Amino acid sequence: MILLCLILIPLIAGALAWAAARWSLSACRWIALLAVAADFVLTLVLWGSHSPAGLGTWLAEADWEWIPQVGIRFHLALDGLSLLLLMLTFFLGALSVLASWREITEGVGFFHFNLLWILAGIAGVFLAVNLFLFYFAWELMLAPMYFLIAIWGHENRVYAAVKFFIFTQLSGLLMLVAILALVFVHHRATGVYSFEYQDLLGTTMPPGAEMWMMLGFFIAFAVKLPAIVLHTWLPDAHTEAPTAGSVILAGLLLKTGAYGMLRFVLPLFPHAAASFAPIAMALGVAGILYGALLAFGQTDLKRLVAYTSVSHLGFVLLGIFVWNPLALQGAVMTMICHGISTGALFILVGALQDRIHTREMDRMGGIWSTAPRLSGAALFFALASLGLPGLGDFVGEFLVLLGAYRQSIVLATLAAIGVLFATFYALQFVQRAFQGPNTLNWRIPDLVPREGLVMALMIIALLWLGLYPRPVLDTFEPVMARIEQMAPGR
Amino acid sequence: MLPLLWLVPAIPFAGALTLAVLGPRMREKAAAVIGTGSIAVSAVISLFIAAAFLTAPPAAGAYTQTLWTWIDVGSFRPAIAFYLDALSLVMMTVVTFVSFLIHVYSAEFMRGDEGYSRFFAYMNLFVASMVTLLLADNLLLLYLGWEGVGLCSYLLIGFWYQDPANGLAGRKAFIVTRIGDTAMAVGLFLLFHNLGTLRIQDLMHAAQSQWPVGSAYAIAAAALLLGGAVGKSAQLPLQTWLPDAMAGPTPTSALIHAATMVTAGVYLIARTHVLFALAPPVQFAVAVVGAATLLMAGFSAATQNDIKRVLAYSTISQIGYMFLALGVGAWSAAIFHFMTHAFFKALLFLAAGIVIEALHHEHNIFRMGGLRNELPVAFWTFLIGGCALAGLPLITAGYYSKDLILWSAANSTAGGMGLWAAGMAGVVLTSLYTFRLIFLVFFGRLETAVSHRPGLAMTVPACVLAFLSIVGGFGKLPFEALLATALPQFREAGGGMSEALASAAAGLAFLAGLLAAWYAYLQNPSLARSAAANPAGRLLHRFWFSDWGMDWLYDRVFIRPVVWAASANKADVIDSIYDGLAGAAALCYRLLSATETGKLRWYAAWIAGGSVVTLAIVMWL
Amino acid sequence: MFPIREGFLLSGVLFTLGVIGVLVRRNLLFVLMSIEVMLNAAGLAFVAAGARWGQPDGQVVFLFILAMAAAEVSVGLALVLELYHQYKSLDTDAISRMRG
Repeated sequence: MILLCLILIPLIAGALAWAAARWSLSACRWIALLAVAADFVLTLVLWGSHSPAGLGTWLAEADWEWIPQVGIRFHLALDGLSLLLLMLTFFLGALSVLASWREITEGVGFFHFNLLWILAGIAGVFLAVNLFLFYFAWELMLAPMYFLIAIWGHENRVYAAVKFFIFTQLSGLLMLVAILALVFVHHRATGVYSFEYQDLLGTTMPPGAEMWMMLGFFIAFAVKLPAIVLHTWLPDAHTEAPTAGSVILAGLLLKTGAYGMLRFVLPLFPHAAASFAPIAMALGVAGILYGALLAFGQTDLKRLVAYTSVSHLGFVLLGIFVWNPLALQGAVMTMICHGISTGALFILVGALQDRIHTREMDRMGGIWSTAPRLSGAALFFALASLGLPGLGDFVGEFLVLLGAYRQSIVLATLAAIGVLFATFYALQFVQRAFQGPNTLNWRIPDLVPREGLVMALMIIALLWLGLYPRPVLDTFEPVMARIEQMAPGR
Repeated sequence: MLPLLWLVPAIPFAGALTLAVLGPRMREKAAAVIGTGSIAVSAVISLFIAAAFLTAPPAAGAYTQTLWTWIDVGSFRPAIAFYLDALSLVMMTVVTFVSFLIHVYSAEFMRGDEGYSRFFAYMNLFVASMVTLLLADNLLLLYLGWEGVGLCSYLLIGFWYQDPANGLAGRKAFIVTRIGDTAMAVGLFLLFHNLGTLRIQDLMHAAQSQWPVGSAYAIAAAALLLGGAVGKSAQLPLQTWLPDAMAGPTPTSALIHAATMVTAGVYLIARTHVLFALAPPVQFAVAVVGAATLLMAGFSAATQNDIKRVLAYSTISQIGYMFLALGVGAWSAAIFHFMTHAFFKALLFLAAGIVIEALHHEHNIFRMGGLRNELPVAFWTFLIGGCALAGLPLITAGYYSKDLILWSAANSTAGGMGLWAAGMAGVVLTSLYTFRLIFLVFFGRLETAVSHRPGLAMTVPACVLAFLSIVGGFGKLPFEALLATALPQFREAGGGMSEALASAAAGLAFLAGLLAAWYAYLQNPSLARSAAANPAGRLLHRFWFSDWGMDWLYDRVFIRPVVWAASANKADVIDSIYDGLAGAAALCYRLLSATETGKLRWYAAWIAGGSVVTLAIVMWL
Repeated sequence: MFPIREGFLLSGVLFTLGVIGVLVRRNLLFVLMSIEVMLNAAGLAFVAAGARWGQPDGQVVFLFILAMAAAEVSVGLALVLELYHQYKSLDTDAISRMRG
């Protein structure tokens, strides 16, 4: 029941907030904030109440019939991995409501409606264990996000929104085809139609078909992730989206891709995934290096941060397909920390754009002297992004690299060079935007208490993840262990 | 006392945190008290710990303190744990104590700067990272401190951020050292993959028992760690960042050169000496790198005209001596030289800072002169520091440590006369450029008027360090006895040079350099100028002045291609695939819509033609 | 035996003439007339085929075609009149408003 609440609260609160906006804008904002915060508290309660031994199985489950004739059920379930990602979802969700408190002044009601419905969709993605329901939630994320970009975005918003929609929709259709194919293959083998995750695990299938179906899933998730070659929607969407949109895109939507790989691609198609792994790992490493190089070349702050996502998610892809405990845990750790550090960077860039009305680094410089707290926070998150030990991102990336070294020394070395590349863009970011002479004589207000609170929470979270990540690692460790055992030949 | 060990890094860290959070609203005095006070407490604690360690050595000569398990994934369980043995004890004590003196000095030096509290926050973080690095029980924690000092050097070198040149120097320091760090990280992967742990002591035991001498794994691991060490310690070929690091405030330079950062590489090699002993080719490479670096940096130092850059090259050169010692297996000699170097190099920078501040931030030594009587404290302390650096026989600390290294190089099984000769030439060079500096700055005519005289907070630390630069050398024997519990003894090859002969040679080399400097810069100043004026001399001068052209080379070979590639591909070439797809779709749309002319008869013709073709296909195919 | 071959040939020739008429004439009235010719050509084919196999279906269909042609002509002529009122012309190329 509590799982259903996690999805229903944002859905209902979204409608309420839209309605409330007619009378009072602040009521609308407070409804949204309280709803997401309530969800966050719920996940915290779930996290606090689980028993360490039970982490390997479902911690909570909810199951109703939907279309029983073809095995479609409304089936939600929660394990350590989805629990942590849900916590991240509502943490970032609450912060992005706070971050758009002043930024959004038009269509406030509809904005919060969309925001909350995206969060509901993401929660659905992390919870669904029926493939039909999963696909439903997967598509539920899209439309509100399209509106978020197309209505409240910046100059080139319609182009970006359409590009985002086409990329994700087309790849989603591939996944739908793969889901249906999988269901039919399963029907042929057992005589039962079922979309249930548990039923479909371990379906016997011909190798060729397995590879095609795996690719259907893989491409859908690789677009979201994004893997290199399929990544070009991301810089446009991130750059044009409003702050909350960028935070949710980078922090959460990308994670649904990685989550899908972990939850579906590896367990459902272990053999195909294993034989595809070298290509996927190479894609990951290429993404790390290429994304970092592109980030280094950008002059638009938001675009720069967007390309860093390509680079960091390359580590996630690498870690997932290296497929050993170290790398898998590192990949999940990177997902969580990247959500926080990149989300924070987007919030900061949004705050800066709000103040000086530009994202061009050529028109910045010397911001430090007028807004030291904002600049200091930017420095902190830039350092997290370049993988400074002691902050969360380092733990994830180091574990991925350590695991990858077992699989391939060359790839691990190249990926380590990617960490070096991160130094280039992160320092460039700090230097050109915040340091140097203040030639344009910017005089801007520093972080206000609301923004300061957001930043402080994120800084504390990253330090905690960097210095004492064990509680988090322990939460998803059993899930990763199970995924690891599914690797063929183990 | 020993259980207080964790406080040594924790207090500076807490100080940095306090200053970072509350700093902007803090008055200068409060910031100075917190910044300096935290290091003072840390230094006092480490002195007490040293006393406790010496009076009652822990079992097996080492004390381990585990705070918590950092990461726990399968067999990978690095902890936040500190390991104290004679090696880390010496390093920790010297680092905290010298850092404390530098902090006291900066409390006055930085007065009136708008980033006063920020400066102390960075400095405290710097010390905290360095102490973490020294005390780390596993290589991952060491890596944390390692990156931490890299970060702090970046922050402090670019401290005056409004000048883009400072930012560039800071980034250069961070990136160049991080190139080495990348190699080191790969080394950590290798060690963990093959030996299954990152705890340093376990690693050393495992390596010793599993890898034979000269095994490929040991060579690869040692070479990768060496990569990290040359980056941090500014040795060939990654030394280019250190001279530019002079962009930071002078106390920063003192901290980087004397106590923190550059000696980290020396420490890493000493800490993992087992690996290097298992990889003789790499250990020999360490010695060669050291010898080559000390010579190159010596030539460069003799041509600089910025007082701080001369000192920077002298640091590179002196670290070269430490590498030379490590390479020939004279482990404790290297650490001994680290200690004396920490004293006299901090002293030299502090004295140079007094001079620079007295002359309106003038850095050019040719616009200085005659300051002997104007700034007596600076003169005498600088003279003592300079003598220690050049190795004035029998009196100064630098002489004892350097002499030990030279003798070891000559008598080691791994070394030889070539390395010894390089070291000897280095002594002549060191003495030459040191006294060139002293003669130009403190003797001769008064060139620039003195505008500012140092207060007590600046002179007292300099005097304390001057005292240590002299007496530090007398503790050679107890020092070696102490280090023998942590580091292997130097293995002497038979039939080498006698100690007396080596000492005499070093003394003569010192004298030769001194006389040359005296002749060329004091007695007959036109000589140096005319030497630099003829074409060959000018070319050589420019070559040495620009650090043997290595900056130029790196700029052309690495930096420009990367920057070019990044800016050329700003719009992401992969996106053009999708732009192409979209363009093709748009083209099809335009072609099809062009057929819709509105001409009825054309439509009819299309219908008729289409029917005919369809019929034809149906009938004949 | 009814000469089906000649009947179909005639029908084909008439149909082709009709098509050519639609394609080359610009006057809407002539286009309508050409369509009539094509319809009748099809009708002729039906009648011929009906006679050949002795079945009434061909003639039945021809009746349908006649009815349909009458309806078509009445609607067509009405449209033509309306067009002429609006454009004062019956040139199909001149009144091409259905451009994409």
